[in-house]
Amino acid sequence: MSAILPPSERLWWKHPLDRVEGTWILIALVWCLTMFAMMVGWHVYGRQNLSTETYRTTPEQFTKKTQAMVDKHTVRTETDQKIPVVAPPPGSDVYLIARLWAFWPILELEKDKTYRLHLTAMDYNHGFSLQPANINIQVVPGYEHVVTVTPNKSGVYSIVCNEFCGINHHTMVSRLYVK
Amino acid sequence: MTATTYRTCPRSGLQFEAQAEKLMIANAVTAVVALLVGGILAIGVALTRWPAVHLLAADTFYMVLTAHGIDMLIFWIIFFEVAVLYFCSSTLLRCRLATPKIAWLAFALMLIGAVVNNVAVFQGGSSVMMTSYVPMMAAPAFYLGLILFAVGALIACFVFFGTLVVARRERTYEGSVPLVTFGAITAAIIAVFTIASGAIILIPTFLMSVGLIQSVDALVYRTIWWAFGHSSQQINVAAHISIWYAVAAIAFGAKPMSERVSRGAFLLYILFLQLASAHHLLADPGLGTAWKVVNTSYFMYFAVLASMIHGLTIPGAIEVAQRQKGLTNGLFEWLRKAPWGNPVFSGMFIALIGFGFLGGISGVMMGTEQLNMIIHNTVYVPGHFHATVVVGTTLSFMALTYFLIPALFRRELINPGLAQWQPYLFGLSMYFFCLVMMGAGTLGVSRRHWDMAFSGAALAYEWPGAAYLMMALVGISGVVAIVGGAIYIYLTVGSLLWGRRLDEGARSPTFTPVPRAAPTAVAQTYGSAGFAAPGTFVMAMVFLVAFVLYYFINWKYLSQVWGLS
Ligand code: HEM
Ligand SMILES: [Cu+2]
Ligand SMILES: [Cu+2]
Repeated sequence: MSAILPPSERLWWKHPLDRVEGTWILIALVWCLTMFAMMVGWHVYGRQNLSTETYRTTPEQFTKKTQAMVDKHTVRTETDQKIPVVAPPPGSDVYLIARLWAFWPILELEKDKTYRLHLTAMDYNHGFSLQPANINIQVVPGYEHVVTVTPNKSGVYSIVCNEFCGINHHTMVSRLYVK
Repeated sequence: MTATTYRTCPRSGLQFEAQAEKLMIANAVTAVVALLVGGILAIGVALTRWPAVHLLAADTFYMVLTAHGIDMLIFWIIFFEVAVLYFCSSTLLRCRLATPKIAWLAFALMLIGAVVNNVAVFQGGSSVMMTSYVPMMAAPAFYLGLILFAVGALIACFVFFGTLVVARRERTYEGSVPLVTFGAITAAIIAVFTIASGAIILIPTFLMSVGLIQSVDALVYRTIWWAFGHSSQQINVAAHISIWYAVAAIAFGAKPMSERVSRGAFLLYILFLQLASAHHLLADPGLGTAWKVVNTSYFMYFAVLASMIHGLTIPGAIEVAQRQKGLTNGLFEWLRKAPWGNPVFSGMFIALIGFGFLGGISGVMMGTEQLNMIIHNTVYVPGHFHATVVVGTTLSFMALTYFLIPALFRRELINPGLAQWQPYLFGLSMYFFCLVMMGAGTLGVSRRHWDMAFSGAALAYEWPGAAYLMMALVGISGVVAIVGGAIYIYLTVGSLLWGRRLDEGARSPTFTPVPRAAPTAVAQTYGSAGFAAPGTFVMAMVFLVAFVLYYFINWKYLSQVWGLS
């Protein structure tokens, strides 16, 4: 019962290891380093890396920028609440507000074009969960996160809030169009 | 020095000191009560997430989910861990517990904290989930309860360290501490770091909730909270791996293949596990890429390496022990002829396999910086951690309980026939539960979400039919697992109440030191035996293949989503 007794050899750190253990440690080490290299390598060769570009912001500042975009590029409105659908030009800065319990406005993007998507939360933490593409980003109040996105398929997407944000969390869902 | 007595258990040969014994019993029993409460709450959680049943109203669901998370993850597990710490110090080293009065104080603080926190949650104003991300605020009592509990747990860790000192000073054993105690030391060291992080963030949040502080930054909160939240999971890993080594020793008389390797792997935990808070922040703004990459991989996956080592050496030790008993046919006779009807062993083994294959592989996948984007905050996440903390930790604690009922509680297990089945029922339904949760998460379904049909939303999203099916299976397998958990509680509580009393063994006013183990034959064959555990090695290679395949499938999946930079 040696694992629950003191080791019988005092100098346990001098125990030679069995060949099974040695081999496995080597294999496992190679695999660990491969995974590490994969993560680093994807930053060089991969096309899906989450940007870290972040600024501090306040609800007022962010709302102002979003409003300016909405004023310029609204193409229509949707639902009873008349949520503006905004089609900003490719390459531009686009803004999305997450607040209790809605996203505002609705964005309309073009396929294979790149946009700088600015995200923030006005009150609590929210989640940006783009479905069915299944891209998930945390939206934190006080921080403006700038993510460069390039939609690769056209269609109607949904944005689901997937960070618990209170009693109506389940109604916090919006659209995003890609043409 | 207070007068105390030492009892030698006639069944296990273990020596229990009177004070430590009482404390272990108190902590373990409280843990089981927390499990009971958490388990009842799990009914509400599972049946609400089953779309066709959708049992609870939204506010009740969030309240119940908050309490389920805290009662299970914090109170059940940590109360039990305190008992394990006392066992690994006082019992294994045959030493009196240092400062039993302070240990009772620790227990009292933890108990009061747990009650205060639960009352706060059930009053309804604190449905903030166990993570309680600011600026969403709970009642002050919510934080106060957690802080009291944490202080108590911290004190318990120091009682554990004190006991190690006492054992050394009074020479209750010779040489180094046993491997299992070494693992417990790892857990306790990580616990101290963890609890300190918890205090750093929960105390200001408490002050904010009573209005003494203006605000706590949302991102700073998340960063420090997870230094507490994730590291505390490493306490669990260190604790249940120690239990696996203990069960291998108890059920098979297995000795570690090499003390050096196993202890080295525990050391890697201490060195690198603290880094892991990044796991939960990979989809967050404001944190640098290099920081995320280094931290999420625990610096080049060295802690994963350690877990992979334990994953080999524990079954390997069992294999070596079994082969010495003559079970040498083929690769797997040692495993086929293992005591599958003994819940101490079967529970431990089901925990080990499930923890590795389900919890381990999924955990590394989600902890990869870029891959995290395709699962963050989906039900994949609870799918993963039910595999680690339920299949791994909880089931290991259950297995250990079946050993402790006769040894520590001095009762005969009621209904051993049922006990024989309990680990299979609970463990295998949990395997399935985790798999379907991960399946639904792969389709994007959100965690902590009351209604996947989005009732009342103008722009509702329609999840694919497969997602609904998976969530129904989550509900069904969840209910089966709850039945498995209920059987455990019935057996444990029933045995304590009605089990036949067993002979408690001789008591003596002084300890009998741990006998010095003579170097055994196995020890001399170290290194020369060649492939001492070929069956285990084959299993490890199967694990590796599953790991590699699953890992790259997810990269493939990621490569198909929108370009992001
Ligand atoms: C016995 C059967 C159990 C069932 C059926 C069950 C079911 C669930 C489900 C369905 C969720 C996810 C809800 C959601 O995110 O919407 C959940 C969350 C959770 N469970 Fe369990 N669970 C069980 C046992 C346990 C145990 C034993 C533990 C810990 C040791 C545990 C810890 C947690 C935690 C920490 C959460 C996360 C709470 C949060 O998101 O804040 N569960 N459980
Ligand atoms: Cu939200
Ligand atoms: Cu939400």
